[in-house]
Amino acid sequence: MRVSCTVNRESRTVDGVWEGESLLYVLRERFGLYGSKNACEQGECGSCSVYLDGDLVCACLVLAGQANGREVVTVEGVDAGKIQDAFVEAGAVQCGFCTPGLIVAAHDLLRRVREPDDTQIREALAGNICRCTGYAKIIQAVHVAAR
Amino acid sequence: MKVGESVRRSDGPAKVRGEFVYSSDLNAAGMLWGATVRSPHPYARIASIDTSEARAMPGVACVLTHEDVPGENLYGLEIRDQPVLAFDFVRYWGEAVALVAAEHPEQARRAADKVRVSYEVLEPVTTAEDGKVLRHIKIRHGDQQARAEVVVRGTYEIGMQDQAPLGPESGLAIPDGEGGVDLHIATQWLHVDQQQLALVLGLAKEKVRLTMAGIGGAFGAREDLSMQAHACMLALKTGRPVKISYSRPESFVGHVHRHPGTLTYEHGAGRDGKLVFVRARILLDGGAYASSSTAVIANASCFAVGPYECPSATIDGIVVYTNNPPCGAMRGFGSVQNCYAHEAQMDKLAAALGMDPVELRIKNALKTGSQIVTGQAIDGPVPVAELLQRVRAFPLPSRAAFKGQGARSALSVTRRGAQGQGEGLDLPGGVSNTTHGEGVKRGVGYAAGFKNIGYSEGFDDYSTARVRLFVQEGKPRVEVHTAAAEVGQGVVMVQAQVAGSALGVNDVVVLNADTRVGSAGSSSASRQTYVTGGAVKAAAEAVCKRVLELAESELASDLRIENDAVVGPDGREVTSLATLLGDAVIEETREYRHRQTHPLDPETGQADAHMQFAFAAHRAVVDVDTELGLVKVVELATAQDVGRAINPLAVQGQLEGGAAQGLGLAVMEEIQVKDGVIRNASFTDYLLPTILDMPPVKMDVLELGDPNAPYGLKGVGEPPTISSGPAVVAAIRAATGREINRVPVRPHDLTL
Repeated sequence: MRVSCTVNRESRTVDGVWEGESLLYVLRERFGLYGSKNACEQGECGSCSVYLDGDLVCACLVLAGQANGREVVTVEGVDAGKIQDAFVEAGAVQCGFCTPGLIVAAHDLLRRVREPDDTQIREALAGNICRCTGYAKIIQAVHVAAR
Repeated sequence: MKVGESVRRSDGPAKVRGEFVYSSDLNAAGMLWGATVRSPHPYARIASIDTSEARAMPGVACVLTHEDVPGENLYGLEIRDQPVLAFDFVRYWGEAVALVAAEHPEQARRAADKVRVSYEVLEPVTTAEDGKVLRHIKIRHGDQQARAEVVVRGTYEIGMQDQAPLGPESGLAIPDGEGGVDLHIATQWLHVDQQQLALVLGLAKEKVRLTMAGIGGAFGAREDLSMQAHACMLALKTGRPVKISYSRPESFVGHVHRHPGTLTYEHGAGRDGKLVFVRARILLDGGAYASSSTAVIANASCFAVGPYECPSATIDGIVVYTNNPPCGAMRGFGSVQNCYAHEAQMDKLAAALGMDPVELRIKNALKTGSQIVTGQAIDGPVPVAELLQRVRAFPLPSRAAFKGQGARSALSVTRRGAQGQGEGLDLPGGVSNTTHGEGVKRGVGYAAGFKNIGYSEGFDDYSTARVRLFVQEGKPRVEVHTAAAEVGQGVVMVQAQVAGSALGVNDVVVLNADTRVGSAGSSSASRQTYVTGGAVKAAAEAVCKRVLELAESELASDLRIENDAVVGPDGREVTSLATLLGDAVIEETREYRHRQTHPLDPETGQADAHMQFAFAAHRAVVDVDTELGLVKVVELATAQDVGRAINPLAVQGQLEGGAAQGLGLAVMEEIQVKDGVIRNASFTDYLLPTILDMPPVKMDVLELGDPNAPYGLKGVGEPPTISSGPAVVAAIRAATGREINRVPVRPHDLTL
């Protein structure tokens, strides 16, 4: 089938998509946007977090067809320079596989809550698993970015 | 960029932008996707394999079975006992039996479903007591008939933990058209992969070239081969690039796990609290293939008593083959399982003696010069008592505040709930809002642990570094090339800092790891900063020496390099490096070996088997909802001697992240295996600590300096994972008064 959508403010169309393909697969393997990661493909780890029409979603749980005609923003297109810098500065990145998802999720938090407290950060990022850092520096990075 | 400075990761900017290329992000023109046919039985004889239907499926380029393995169909880290593709028997659920390559990953998966394997199902061995012994470590230290005034006993069970690195096993094999293959792969040790692949593929090592792709975490899961040989076989057969990337369920059978175990202990002490003897039987289930089990059981045995002096010990460490999933390396490597047991025993002993548990530990703590139960005397700083004192000295989160919180959240649930924010997050049960503080009890627990750094028992443990100095665009640049795996721990920065410090040059670039340079050994055993750091230091110093020889022959004597310039004894610049070097390229390669270790005596387990020892202590504070059996870890505090913190920011990250994995095994992480079958092979069913589960970690990082090590450093990565979990369990015992003899602790262990 054909899928057309806006990805990072650019309209994209791809043909020959198998109906079972997820948005994550299409972003990665058909559009070459490998920033969204494939860690669990079950919506548990948040590594593939993207915006779909402005809502934070796990791209692995969205069928490619569902994205047809809609607007997708991935880590490659999100305007999150301050958050990204803060993650590097704070040491919130180790292996970094969870990081793109966390950047998008933190961006979503900060556009809703300008200066979140620890509890709000924890609640907002509860859907993003990091296996390396123990999260302390991620919380710190979000505080730094919020300043 | 110098040793001792907190430096930002050079790969950080790419990682936060989603531009860093992990092994699962690789692609190539004309690439096929590989899929693996896996055994649905824990133990069965393969009667026949029919691939005809699979071959006829759409998009399929080839289907391979054991008959297509070009070289030897056996591999393994210590013992070559595992087939690349099963040929006579399958010995665990999920074992690889056949391979498919197809144009689309779904076509490959569907074709894999059409490979007809006829099995004669056999009765699997699924309990360790029935297993065949793979290695039995006997430690007979001191008086074997020792008696003591106070004796405590216990049996402790440890569940099977998964490393769960977020990046799936994945890689891309590209045939070179001349019979060789280039493999782009995320692995902990390129050269041991290369060595195993050459045998399996029947190729000379030069024909199997490996290049490191981005690694999405490892923690031991990438020590063994997973899809490496499979992708290479498919690529060589089809003549096209082949990518394999495991799904999460497949990952659970695609790598080894932390050994589950049953540990039976008897501790004897005098009334004064001094340990008299420890007797222990440690039984670990190695699963179907050896992997690194033989080394894991050695660790579990050598450190069975914990970081305490004990004049006599009788330790039997046994690891067995069964038809359960294979187990091998995971962060802590044998010292995690035994720590749960020896620390529970120390608390039990303290209770029996009416002593404070921390005082009892301090009384028995290893010191410089103490012998461990293998007879090895420990040199260098051994700050076990100090670590315990330091974690005890951290102020406790106040109980009054806790009560207040409970009351506040009870009152404010509606108000906050209306705003979509969760105040009850701080209580057991979190946003599930299962308590407002009633039935919640607080407990505090302590634990200490230790383990070896680097490979032990006489292993030739070395790393290789090539350091090159040249002038680029008018400025000196240093390139460092090693094969060390950057798994997230930050060894890429360690290399840059070491080269920068040793050479006094500001622009240091660490090249991507590959097999064009000598082996770095594994990113395992907390060894890479020590061993590859040592190799980079040696190579950089050799380059420095040549530069200074050049300068001194032309200019003056007693020179050194600082800030891109050659300076004299007074610190004044004699010449810039750029001027001195001109077009010259100065390159040196060095191998670095740590001091010699020796095999354990097979009858007594006595030997100087280990190179370096690292120690940590933890204090945990927990709240337990005693009605529902829910645990909230409120705070962790740790103290660890890192010898010298090369990159303090990265050290903190290791202490925090390692503690999270310890917490995971203590209260939630377990691969559920029933009748040899994994029941929870997904992130939905295998629970990992989230940001809501992980409390703040208070830490004291000691830099006491090991006189034998480069810069005095100690390996850092594993100790945080050793005593953190046992401290949590001790705190749960303190909160509930229950004798908890199994991890992870489950709600019904606390309520029924």
